[in-house]
Amino acid sequence: MKKILFIIFLVSGIISDAMAQIDPALLRRVPKDSARTQLNMDAVYSRPFLQVGKLPISLGGYVEANYQYLQENGVSEGHQFQMRRLTLFVASTIYKRIKFLSEIEFEDGTKEINIEFASVDIEIAPLLNLRGGIVMNPIGAFNQNHDGPKWEFIDRPISATQMLPATWSNVGFGIFGKKYMENWVYAYEAYLTNGFDDKIIDNSENKTFLPASKNNRDRFEESFNGIPLFTGKIAVKNKMIGELGLSYMGGVYNKFEDDGLTLDKKRRVTTFAVDFNTVLPQTGIQINGEWAWVKVDVPDTYTEQYGGRQQGGFVDFVKPVLKKPMFGFEKAVLNVAIRGEYVDWNRDAFKATGGRIADEIFSIVPAISWRPVAQTVIRLNYRYNWQKDLLGNPPSRLAGFQFGFSTYF
Amino acid sequence: MQTKIIVYCVTLLAVSWTTACKKTLPRTPDDENVLDGPIEGLTHEQNRIFLRGDVAFNNEIFTSSTGLGPLFVANSCGSCHAGDGKGHPFTTLTRFGQSDTVVGNLFLKMGGPQLQNRAIPGFQPEQIPAGATFSKFMPPANTGLGLLDAVPDEMLLSLSDEKDADGDGISGRPNWVHIPEYAALRAGYAERNNKYIGRFGKKAAVYNLLQQTANAYNQDMGINSSYEHFDTYTGQEIDPEVSNQTILDVVFYLKTLKAPVQRNQQDPTVQQGKQLFMAAACGKCHTPVLTTGTSDIAAIANKQFSPYTDLLLHDMGPDLDDGYTEGTATTAEWRTPPLWGLGLSKKSQGGQYFLLHDGRAQSIEAAILLHGGEAQNSRNKYKLLQAGEKDALIKFLESL
Repeated sequence: MKKILFIIFLVSGIISDAMAQIDPALLRRVPKDSARTQLNMDAVYSRPFLQVGKLPISLGGYVEANYQYLQENGVSEGHQFQMRRLTLFVASTIYKRIKFLSEIEFEDGTKEINIEFASVDIEIAPLLNLRGGIVMNPIGAFNQNHDGPKWEFIDRPISATQMLPATWSNVGFGIFGKKYMENWVYAYEAYLTNGFDDKIIDNSENKTFLPASKNNRDRFEESFNGIPLFTGKIAVKNKMIGELGLSYMGGVYNKFEDDGLTLDKKRRVTTFAVDFNTVLPQTGIQINGEWAWVKVDVPDTYTEQYGGRQQGGFVDFVKPVLKKPMFGFEKAVLNVAIRGEYVDWNRDAFKATGGRIADEIFSIVPAISWRPVAQTVIRLNYRYNWQKDLLGNPPSRLAGFQFGFSTYF
Repeated sequence: MQTKIIVYCVTLLAVSWTTACKKTLPRTPDDENVLDGPIEGLTHEQNRIFLRGDVAFNNEIFTSSTGLGPLFVANSCGSCHAGDGKGHPFTTLTRFGQSDTVVGNLFLKMGGPQLQNRAIPGFQPEQIPAGATFSKFMPPANTGLGLLDAVPDEMLLSLSDEKDADGDGISGRPNWVHIPEYAALRAGYAERNNKYIGRFGKKAAVYNLLQQTANAYNQDMGINSSYEHFDTYTGQEIDPEVSNQTILDVVFYLKTLKAPVQRNQQDPTVQQGKQLFMAAACGKCHTPVLTTGTSDIAAIANKQFSPYTDLLLHDMGPDLDDGYTEGTATTAEWRTPPLWGLGLSKKSQGGQYFLLHDGRAQSIEAAILLHGGEAQNSRNKYKLLQAGEKDALIKFLESL
């Protein structure tokens, strides 16, 4: 017993001594560039970073955890506590116009560990920046701007994460640039990266499922078929109106030849997305939405369960109802919000009957969120999903409550 | 002050919201309105096996890396039997090659008896060979299969009237079929020339649920097992792609799925419909009540139930004669399909009916009017009913 007490004293002494050696003044927030209009493509730069002294490296990250109680058709898995994400950012300014940015994410504990982003940006001119490494393909807005603390909703949008494959990143190279003109900013991005594989139509989700390619760990080392995936986006933002983005991602997804032998014809996957965000001036309501279309060349002789066409999107309305000091937090904000979502997993028709294939999901998520500070959000969501199967049978209904937090650190 | 009021209001709203769970969470559908779920009386151990079978049947999606195909019809059991109900034409099976009861199937080496009409990317699916007759089979509902399986052969023989001794024009008979080695004979089995009474499938050519399940894995999904170990694409014996345990779990699941619950039994119109049904002699084939014999699952042993089938073959006339058959059934003979669960079919067929063996009838009345052969008299009696009486009869069928 004496030994244990001695060890406890020793350890606490060492810890308190070590803590005392850290001078809080050495830790400083890296100021965000707030002078210029920010776009979704700037999300990787507009994160809170912390720098230690004059070290060239900035650190940051975010964490989110939640409780949920969901019930599907009267059956519940009970009370669930989830540690959804711990994400670490490391950034470095190698030279004034050469920067390194990275994001490493631990999902569901350590079930998934991913390098989501790790690229070097070299600014040649404002309109011409080079980017290489693991880049986030700029399809839609959510894929680029997905940090949990930025959103009032615990679940990520279904269309962005299950139809489009957010977060979707690949090894590749590309260019991007911006042009500022008074209240306007115009931007573009274009990348060639490794791409999808044939799991998008050969997976246990039983539907065309672009995120299935994320399970291919080799995609950071080699392309599945040797054909680059092209992703391009143009965006325009007016300070008074809002931001509009149009993006495209397409390429060959299947292995059409191997070892010099032809296995199949080349089959393409094509995606388009439009995203928009604004703040209504009179009400302060923030609107943020995204809609996307997916087209996949599925062999005619394959099962119709894997659709050739998909579409879906989401729209969020967030209304700050109270902005004032609360519980000692000087700039606390209380929001009410609502999200509407829809995804049609299969827009094709049955060959046998000509009838429409259903396979779709509707979802509505009212929410209350409280932000004691801008980087931290505490959220209460209620989710209600209606999901129809392929045949359009009576929908499966899922609903429940989610409560949790997400914060940058 | 204003802050406090708003914070209290929001907190109150949130608390009342979350405590009002019963109103805000989706209810369990009424038992009588769904087909899935276990039969009453399973033990805890049996519930565990049922759940394993449920997962294998409804959740396991086969892909090329887990053995799908390369030629197949569907990639999971649940694809063909949504909610354990009747299927949809998009997973209709096509069988071909056998046109009589003597010579058998001449197209077994050309892909018969079942067409695998889909293929994984890079492969070409089968085509029906020139000269082969064929028929399309809609996936049936799975409900109450264990009860049907547990009906003794003796009872089926007692219902048969092969030579129409009673002269009522109805002569049900069993389909005597060869069975695979792995199919264990049921207690008190009947035998004729090394053949046994089949009771599952449109032509009653399948002996028991193990044969049905192993066959479906192999022929419908291209998944080999130690029971059915010949690959449908190469014709060669290959390694099992599904474990015996999984197959047996699925068999147990199918055996212990509950029987459909009849709705609106006390409704006078439904009762009138039932009387008309019996008066038109529909019940001669669609036998209202059967009884199970012994079973190793206590919950289905010695039970009386109402499937509205005699599990026997009946000649249904030229309109339903596709020129294809199985076992000792003639091309015009079909096993009486159980009518239980008929009223819930729309809920598994995408909101519409696809009835009869190939789904050609899109209403109950259309199905009745396509009855011929041994059922012709019943069909004629139906045609003579007043409009209200027809409605009552159909309402009764929809209540099943």
